[in-house]
Amino acid sequence: MSEIPTELRYLSSHEWVKVEDGVATIGITAHAQEAMGDLVYVEMPEVGTELAAGDEAGVVESVKAASDIYTPVSGEVIEINGDLEEAPETVNSDPYGAGWMFKVQIADESELENTLTADEYQAQIEDE
Amino acid sequence: MANRTALYDSHLQAGAKMVDFGGWDMPINYGSQIEEHNKVRTDAGMFDVSHMTVVDVQGEGSKAFLQYLLANDVAKLKTPGKALYSGMLNVDGGVIDDLIVYNMQDGHAHAWYRVVVNCATREKDLAWMTTQSHGYSVTITERPDFAMIAVQGPNAIAKTCAVLGEPKASVIQSLNVFQGLPADDWFIARTGYTGEDGLEIMVPNEQAPAFWQQLIDGGVAPCGLGARDTLRLEAGMNLYGSDMDDSVSPLAAGMGWTIAWSPEDREFIGRDVVAAEKANGPAMKQVGLVLETRGVLRGHQKVIVANVGEGEVTSGTFSPTLGYSIALARVPAATAEVAQVEIRGKLHDVKVVMPPFVRNGKQVF
Repeated sequence: MSEIPTELRYLSSHEWVKVEDGVATIGITAHAQEAMGDLVYVEMPEVGTELAAGDEAGVVESVKAASDIYTPVSGEVIEINGDLEEAPETVNSDPYGAGWMFKVQIADESELENTLTADEYQAQIEDE
Repeated sequence: MANRTALYDSHLQAGAKMVDFGGWDMPINYGSQIEEHNKVRTDAGMFDVSHMTVVDVQGEGSKAFLQYLLANDVAKLKTPGKALYSGMLNVDGGVIDDLIVYNMQDGHAHAWYRVVVNCATREKDLAWMTTQSHGYSVTITERPDFAMIAVQGPNAIAKTCAVLGEPKASVIQSLNVFQGLPADDWFIARTGYTGEDGLEIMVPNEQAPAFWQQLIDGGVAPCGLGARDTLRLEAGMNLYGSDMDDSVSPLAAGMGWTIAWSPEDREFIGRDVVAAEKANGPAMKQVGLVLETRGVLRGHQKVIVANVGEGEVTSGTFSPTLGYSIALARVPAATAEVAQVEIRGKLHDVKVVMPPFVRNGKQVF
């Protein structure tokens, strides 16, 4: 069973989100990277882009398939993980740590209520 | 429930991630597809290919039957064990399947042949072969009693010989490329689907798990269908159902070289249609595409050739050996050296090349 840290929130599309000081850090879950296999390419939003909750923010591509990355919250992209450009496999080896993808300055914290808890996400992937 | 090969438990034991493949539970990888791919390019890896369909064609009419059934000509198979790659065409000149046929002549009065076809096409292939065999004195016998293990890579033959010892090692060392010979109740061929030297070994089901374990102990890495796909694509080899199917001409699928046009009086199924297409100049051709910038080419993406027309990626992937994306595509015959591919709404410039991309571990285009 893949690791699902309890301190994070989740989307049913397999992103995780961590909130600190009004900033959301977003990546994909251990379950998602495992299902995709070796990642070879990560496309991220540009810093300064204004996103709305549910927007496509980027794409991850593995040897096998491409998958869109969605943002759970609205706001401006304030930082991206540039290391992933040269080392996309970091997402496979450390999805919740060094494999984070981008940070959004949260415009409306209430949108986080639409995300899943670790237990809810766990229940969802067990149903898949 | 899905079919399982004789090696199903061996895969679980080796930590395989299993997926459905043409009705079979097969390993997609044992952890990292890229590591498995690299192992085959640099050392030795092995694949369970027992899901593929082995069919023996025997009887005095077998040569004449296969000369009618296949676009390539089994009359080319003059030495025992020699193998031939061919398309099996329908009356409209589409590809029913691609296959390998071995000359099994072993001193008996009549040659007989062993044919290996794909797994997802098994039923239609067997039905077609049976229908077309009417009027020929042949028997068509499926061989589900065989498991098949492909050992591939620069060290594949040496490691397999070390594991098997005599007398099988001598049989292996005697094999020419694209030749297969029996060894006791096994059948060992120097063929593969990776662009590396190696073997495809048919072994009775009950002996397969022990042989698989011996190979692991002998330093051969288990590899899944994921690595098999990236390896074959780098090697420029077609995948049935992606790069061609019943509606695609072999001339549009890079299979022109597999059609034996001479002798001119050999009638094979589909000949008239494909010959007419060849005479008129085929509208489409198969090419390789290379995307050296970021992004990954995938099957069904649109290919745009300026002032010429449009085509389609038939299979694409990230190439672990080259470090960027490659693809096979079907494009208008007038396509030259450059094209564009539409990936998620954006056009990307690609180079048009002649496959293969990689042979024996090295870039070759």
